[in-house]
Amino acid sequence: MAWANCENRYNDERVSSACGLFGFMDTTGQRHDGSRAIKALYAMKERGNGLGAGFAVYGLYPEWADQYAFHVMCRDEADRLEVEDYLRRYFRIAHAEPIPHTPVKGMVEGPILWRYFVALLEGIEEAQAEEDAVIQHVMRINSQMDGAFVFSSGKNMGIFKGVGHPEQIAEFYRMDTYQGYLWTAHNRFPTNTPGWWGGAHPFGLLDWSVVHNGEISSYGINRRYLEMHGYLCTMRTDTEVVAYAADLLMRRHGLAPEWAAAVFASPLWNEIEAMPEPEQGFYRAIRQTYGSLLLNGPFTVIIARTGQMIGLGDRIRLRPLVAGIKGSMLYISSELSAIHLAEPAIEFTWTPLGGVPVMARLGSAPEPPPSGHRMSVLAPEVRYA
Amino acid sequence: MRERVIAEEAAIHTEAVLDAQGLYYRDLNERLYRLVEQGARSIVLKNVSGQRYIGTNLQAPVRLTIEGVPGNDLGAFMDGPEIHVMNDAQDGCGNTMNSGTIVIHGSAGDILGHSMRGGSIFVKGNVGYRVGIHMKEYGDRRPVIVIGGTTQHFLGEYMAGGVMIVLGHNLKPGEMHPSRYIGTGMHGGVIYLRGPFDERFLGKEVGLAPVEEEDLLLIERYVTRFAQWFAQDAAALLQGPFVKLYPRTKRPYGRLYAY
Repeated sequence: MAWANCENRYNDERVSSACGLFGFMDTTGQRHDGSRAIKALYAMKERGNGLGAGFAVYGLYPEWADQYAFHVMCRDEADRLEVEDYLRRYFRIAHAEPIPHTPVKGMVEGPILWRYFVALLEGIEEAQAEEDAVIQHVMRINSQMDGAFVFSSGKNMGIFKGVGHPEQIAEFYRMDTYQGYLWTAHNRFPTNTPGWWGGAHPFGLLDWSVVHNGEISSYGINRRYLEMHGYLCTMRTDTEVVAYAADLLMRRHGLAPEWAAAVFASPLWNEIEAMPEPEQGFYRAIRQTYGSLLLNGPFTVIIARTGQMIGLGDRIRLRPLVAGIKGSMLYISSELSAIHLAEPAIEFTWTPLGGVPVMARLGSAPEPPPSGHRMSVLAPEVRYA
Repeated sequence: MRERVIAEEAAIHTEAVLDAQGLYYRDLNERLYRLVEQGARSIVLKNVSGQRYIGTNLQAPVRLTIEGVPGNDLGAFMDGPEIHVMNDAQDGCGNTMNSGTIVIHGSAGDILGHSMRGGSIFVKGNVGYRVGIHMKEYGDRRPVIVIGGTTQHFLGEYMAGGVMIVLGHNLKPGEMHPSRYIGTGMHGGVIYLRGPFDERFLGKEVGLAPVEEEDLLLIERYVTRFAQWFAQDAAALLQGPFVKLYPRTKRPYGRLYAY
């Protein structure tokens, strides 16, 4: 284990709690292997307990960049044939293969894992946006087929996840063979829901992916709202609502990420009341329109999509989030030490205020927060000047 | 007992280096403990990377110097040692610490000094959320936290005792502390703040007062120590004005569940 920075010989890793998140993005689009992310998660080993880990990689399949890459997990071969049969009815399958993997000591046997590179057949459901049609098929498979899940469905990206420690999952999927300009990674400590293969993070829909630490206590109301917009929650865990809400707000409704952040982690009412106009009016409108998508409870998420990475914590910071910059690279992590380990020459690190998103976009270099607190490394932003 | 005292005196200047590279925190603390038993009194920890609970089981007048970024709960339940962090510290540093000193040359994360009941913490840079949450005092045990820079929200949440001083000496002219909800649920202790902040967002349980002579003496005592740790000019750091934040009542929620 080249990334192993320390060895625990006490077998007490199920004792501690809280999930570990890590993400990095090269805003020039240059692709990197995932060793930084694997190393970082290993440094935060106490944050997980072996019941789930995973990775999302962007810029992953340049040779199939025009195709939707469906990663599918199936209970058995019959289930897989059923999925394949379904896909053939609505998609042209350009390529299909088992997702390469290696048996790893200590891991329980997982599901059958395949990937399909597909394009929608022309003429079908043409009244819809193409992405909406794809979502509908993913939802149909995930909610109606008993033994099959599509757990990744974007273009030129992919999610790899399962039940195990991060280094086991990395070895299982041979993550060292993949390259991407953006990686997010997750080390799971399941609390309210079972640790199963589909429930590991990241969660994805189209090219959205989400890794999450915390509990979304507004899950019920978020879920009902999303169901009204055609998103069905099937993964038995709270995190998937964030992926679907990201798609609804930022793709379908066209909200800028800053405003999506204001939906998920809205300022408190007393803070809104203290804002000048027209800002106050914007925030009132956001809360009134999207109150059902406010994420209540303690959380930190890293949301990624093609060309973009967003880190966000709840508005009173009940879960940790730190960020760092080195040249064209933005790092987001649950713990600072993991950033230093992944990038020993890190130039600037800071801890954003709760509810303030940290963002990177392909083509523009990441910027430190607009604050004068340069004397020290931890530089809190002021939300409104 | 007498033999132990002699051994300790003989070892007072004994120095040691511990390479933390690849060490799980339990092994790291085990080795620290053994070094101290063997008489080491000044130990440099190199290549520290996220190991939690460093120094938690040491009850000796030992000085630790940490190179790298230590993990959460550094010095938790600490009783006596002096820890110097040459970089930043993560969350939960000084959790429920009993006595001793922690000196952080960078910044510190959330819940620094959580439930602290004695000893002192000095931070050169900034600190995160909920610093000094529920710190408390009893008799001659009065914990102290001095912060050179600024703080994020909920400083001194549910604070029950002790002293916190925020110097704000990295604020630009005219810049306010970003801190909101300072002293929410505070019912003991005192906070001294230098530099402007938004009074609209103060915790509801906090009163504001100008500092008086005895406050200034207290501030001077701890800021002088702060200046010594970081080789700063104490007189410059002491230039006010300071404002005093105090709990308006000892039982802010006394009637919350009473009908």
